[in-house]
Amino acid sequence: MDKEIPMRDGYGKALLEMIPTNPNIMVLDADVAKSTRTSWVKDKFPTHFIDMGISEQDMVGTAAGLVLGGMLPFVSTYGVFLAGRAWDQIRTTVCYNELNVKLAGAHAGISVGSDGATHQALEDVAIMRVLPHMTVVVPCDAEETRKATHAIAKAKGPCFIRFGREAVPVVTGEDTPFVLGKARLCRAGEDVTIVANGAMVHEALGAASELEKEGLSAEVIDMHTVKPIDVPALLESIRKTGCLVTAEEHQMYCGMGSAVAECVVHHEPVPMEMVAIKDTFGESGTPDELMQAYGLDAAHIVAAARKAVARK
Amino acid sequence: MSKDIQELKAICKKIREDIVTMIHQAGSGHPGGSLSAAEIMTALYFGGIMDVRPEEPEWEGRDRFILSKGHVAPVLYSVLAERGFFPVEELSTLRRFGSRLQGHPHKAHTPGLDCSSGSLGQGLSIANGLATAFKHRKTPQRVYCLMGDGELQEGQIWEAALYASQHKLDNLCAIVDDNGVQLDGRVEDIKSLGDIAEKWKAFGWNVIEADGHDMAAVMDAFHEAKEAKGAPAVIVAHTIKGKGVSFMENDCAWHGAAPNDGELQAALSEIRGA
Repeated sequence: MDKEIPMRDGYGKALLEMIPTNPNIMVLDADVAKSTRTSWVKDKFPTHFIDMGISEQDMVGTAAGLVLGGMLPFVSTYGVFLAGRAWDQIRTTVCYNELNVKLAGAHAGISVGSDGATHQALEDVAIMRVLPHMTVVVPCDAEETRKATHAIAKAKGPCFIRFGREAVPVVTGEDTPFVLGKARLCRAGEDVTIVANGAMVHEALGAASELEKEGLSAEVIDMHTVKPIDVPALLESIRKTGCLVTAEEHQMYCGMGSAVAECVVHHEPVPMEMVAIKDTFGESGTPDELMQAYGLDAAHIVAAARKAVARK
Repeated sequence: MSKDIQELKAICKKIREDIVTMIHQAGSGHPGGSLSAAEIMTALYFGGIMDVRPEEPEWEGRDRFILSKGHVAPVLYSVLAERGFFPVEELSTLRRFGSRLQGHPHKAHTPGLDCSSGSLGQGLSIANGLATAFKHRKTPQRVYCLMGDGELQEGQIWEAALYASQHKLDNLCAIVDDNGVQLDGRVEDIKSLGDIAEKWKAFGWNVIEADGHDMAAVMDAFHEAKEAKGAPAVIVAHTIKGKGVSFMENDCAWHGAAPNDGELQAALSEIRGA
């Protein structure tokens, strides 16, 4: 059994690691610093932390000004409020100016659980990836979130990283490579490709083990960078397997699955199934109850994989 | 660069001529709010208020200007051109395909521009971020941000107003071009702001009121703002929308409309004769 740690711990850890060598980093939060782990920065490096209060639009605009003044801001709050409420600020001030603002959307996905639909970011990837100049990253565990946070700090231009609330299994190690924009092969296979990101990578690996028992060999790809998406890695895999399944904790429309579909129809049309939220809002419940009820677990990926293979 | 009041007034006339001429040539644009801000912008760029280097637009030590009401790009383009950031002849390309002078300002294109803008209500937050960065890095630059009074209907302005006083950003000077008119009509008839100066006072700002068309008063207001310590300063500049062209004054129809040939000639002779 893999150790379970919340991905946001990886975000907080990376910030603590970077600040001593990068005095230009400024961490902003909108009154949820304990949740996003930016309170760790507040405690250890108080001059590198600004609590903006409950003002997401102002927070994004202030971050833009910080960049113009030579700083490197990390903007942190719940993904639903960051991407949603401050979208126009992100579009017209951050992206149009190509500003080096790093946006971190916490508590993403339906696994937020009992807070219910208002707090479950299920559209954030869609509305971020549509923006010119934006990079979108959805890491799969705490360690990958840590590495991804370092990577976006080095990348030029606006970046959005989203991660969940719950402790999830750590499926990568300190030595596992992470390259922004390069998909990570988690498991090689021959019969079907499963492209997953976020907490769904662990579910995809579980599904692959199940499928193996049925004699189906599944390849699992961690598509942590949704934009720019790694077209060569995707094509190499589906040219081998001939069909694919995408799995993400996000709406079916316009998320990572759609980004993959755009690539597939352009380059290599093959049977494809999508495991995602089916155009509906979430509700209160435990994370496990919700992931199961909304079709976001290994069993649903297994069923989708069988269907994709049957369509070949 | 510091000029006496008579010289500034002469420059201001030129700025107004540029505004009506370039909007006429473009066939669209926003003359009303550009004309009301002419003295404010002239003071900033020609009165020695802002330290900038036209020959080195990206000089790090420059003071910064954020045009929060981005639709009055013509007045900004005019002062930048007249100050030497780019050729004055280029003003005739406003809003044309391939021009560096976009309908609303775009930083990537225009020398001397500190930030793109056009979606109202966002500029003060950006100015706050700049002022915070300069304080954090202990550098002396000052930050200026021009807003419209109608723009104050945007909630984000007031989020930013709270931030600036919370963080005592006395290296920041905001200006409200209080011309009383927005696109659909008079501000007081649509969503009244009540007493604007009192509102800023209540938000913890040093408030300076001035006749926004009295060049000497505008200069005095900027000097007073520089002296204010411990809190951000805002100049509430009482202005007339369309100032200088009688048929445009106080008429919301001229918020975003271009003068035709005859109207341009009438406007120019009025500005030159003033």
